Amino acid sequence: MVLEGKAICYGDNIDTDVIIPARYLNTSDPAQLAQHCMEDIDPDFLSKIHKGDIIVAGSNFGCGSSREHAPLAIKTAGISCVVAKSFARIFYRNSINIGLPIVVCDAEIKTGDKLSVDLKNGVLTNETTGVKTEFPSFPEFLQGIIEAGGLMQAMSGGVFE
Amino acid sequence: MSMTMTQKIIAAHCGKTAVKPGDMVVANCDLVLGNDITSPVAINEYEKCGCGGVFDCNKIALVMDHFTPNKDIKAAEQVKQVREFAKDKHVKNFFDVGEVGVEHALLPEKGMVTAGDLVIGADSHTCTYGALGAFSTGVGSTDMAAAMASGKVWLRVPEAISVVLKGKPQKDVSGKDVILHLIKLIGVEGALYQSLEFSGDGVAAMTMDDRLCICNMAIEAGGKNGIFPVDDQTLAYLKEHGAAEPKVFTADKDAQYARVIEMDLSTLKPIVAFPHLPENGKTFDEIGDVPIHQVVVGSCTNGRLSDLRDAAKIMKGRKVADGVRMIVIPATQQIWLDAMHEGLFDIFVASGCAVSTPTCGPCLGGHMGILAKGERCVATTNRNFVGRMGDTGSEVYLASAAVAAASAVMGKLASPDMLD
Repeated sequence: MVLEGKAICYGDNIDTDVIIPARYLNTSDPAQLAQHCMEDIDPDFLSKIHKGDIIVAGSNFGCGSSREHAPLAIKTAGISCVVAKSFARIFYRNSINIGLPIVVCDAEIKTGDKLSVDLKNGVLTNETTGVKTEFPSFPEFLQGIIEAGGLMQAMSGGVFE
Repeated sequence: MSMTMTQKIIAAHCGKTAVKPGDMVVANCDLVLGNDITSPVAINEYEKCGCGGVFDCNKIALVMDHFTPNKDIKAAEQVKQVREFAKDKHVKNFFDVGEVGVEHALLPEKGMVTAGDLVIGADSHTCTYGALGAFSTGVGSTDMAAAMASGKVWLRVPEAISVVLKGKPQKDVSGKDVILHLIKLIGVEGALYQSLEFSGDGVAAMTMDDRLCICNMAIEAGGKNGIFPVDDQTLAYLKEHGAAEPKVFTADKDAQYARVIEMDLSTLKPIVAFPHLPENGKTFDEIGDVPIHQVVVGSCTNGRLSDLRDAAKIMKGRKVADGVRMIVIPATQQIWLDAMHEGLFDIFVASGCAVSTPTCGPCLGGHMGILAKGERCVATTNRNFVGRMGDTGSEVYLASAAVAAASAVMGKLASPDMLD
C-alpha cells in the first residue's frame, strides 16, 4: 500500500495530552474526538490538513497517557500515516491495534512537502525534494495484525491461538 | 539463557522456558484493568466484534476514577456504559463512587495484584505494580478489549536498564525525588521500550509507598515497566493486603542489561520537575523565586497515606499562603478514613486546604482544580505537559508531597528546609 499526502511537521515529545486534551475525553465517539485533534499544540490543525495528509514528528511521538483516543482522533481526522523518529510505546501499539499506519523514519521533511509512503517495501519518498529514505518493516507478528486491519480482526483470525 | 526479572515473568506467562529481548510473544494476563475513560473505547471495540462473555469475570478490574464523581453529563454516560457492561458480563471488580479509589492506589490496597503476576491496564501508569514484584504495563483500549475476551496480550519482550540504588535518602527525600532524579538523568525516552529493574542495598531504604511511586513514573522515562525485587517488606505488604500467594522471580546474576545506572540515595536532594516535561528536574540551589497559585497533593503517584502524612507534618500550625489554593485528594476510601482518624484532615482544614473525595480529577485536567491561563501549580502528580491541568498557558511543577506542602505555605516553590 502506498500512502500519499502533504506533510505537517511537529517536534519531539508530542504527548497525547496535546494530541487530544483530556477535557474532551468525556466521549469515546471518534468523530467528536477528531474535532479536537492536535488542538493544544496547533489550534488550526484541522483547517490546515486535507484527507490523506501525513503527520511528521521527531522522537517519542505519542508519549504520556495511554489514551487510544489519540491515534483514533488522528485517524478519524483524515491523517493517513504518522512518520516519526521514534514513538512512545503505548502509542505505537495502539496505532497498530487500530490500524493507523505509523512509520519509524528519520528523513528531511518540511511542512507542505509531498510525501509518498510505500508501507510494503519500506520506502518513504519526499516527492518535493526527490529524496528516498528506507525504513524498517514491522516484525512479522505485527505485520499480521496490520494486514488484518487491527487487533480485534486479527484476534478473530486466530492471532492469539 | 540468563534473563532479567521482567523477562522471567513474561516467559512464565507464555509457556516458555526462556525469552529474549525483541521476541514477540502472546502472554496470559492475571489481571486486566480499565478506567472510566479508557473502558468505553474498549467496550465499543468489544461489542463491535461480538466477543460474548469475558475470559474470567474475576480477572478484570473496572475502576471509575478519572472523571468521577461524574463531572458532566457525558462523563456520566461513559460511567453508565461501563457499569452496564460490568453487570452484563458479571465483572466482579467494578468500582463505582463510594468505594472507588485512584486505580493504582486501589488495586494494591485491595490485594488484587501479587508478586509474579502479569498485569495489563488501559492506563499508562499501570506500571505501578512493579513495586510488588509483578510485571505490569500500560496498554491501550483495544488491547484491553482483546484481553477481556481472551485473557491474552501481545508483548515485545523488553531489554532492561539496571538501576542500582545505594545508601539511604536524607530527610525530606522520598521516592518521588528518586524517580524525578532518574528521569532527569535518562530523559523522557531514556527507557523507551525497556524495563527499569531496581536493585541494590538502597531498595531496603525505600518504603512500599516509595516503590509504588517510583514504578508509577517508569512510563515518564518511556519505560515499559519498572520493577523491584521482592523482599520482606514486599511480602509483608502482600500479606497485610490479602494478596494471593506471591510467586517470587529474581533476575539471573548474569542477566544482560542495556545499561547499568548507580544512584547514591544519600546524595539526592528534593527536586522539582519544571514545565513541560518530567525530565526538567531542578534542585533548590537552581530554583529562584517562582510564585505559585495552586497545590495538589494526590494521584496514583503520591496520594497515599504516607504522602498525606508528609504534607500534614508541614501544614500543622501553618497556613496556606494568601493567593494559593491547596487541594488534598486521598487516593482511596481507606486512605481517606485512615487520614481522617489520624487527624490529618483537622490539620489540612485548619491550614486552609480543601480535602476531596478520591478522584484522578485535576491530575489530567479533568475537574476538581483546573488551572487558568498563567497559573502555576505544584502537584504531586506525574505529568507536567502543556495544558495537562488546564489552560495551555498554565504550568505544572512536579514534586513530592513535602515540597508541595512547603510551597503552599511559602506561596512559591519551596523545600521543607526553607520553612522557619
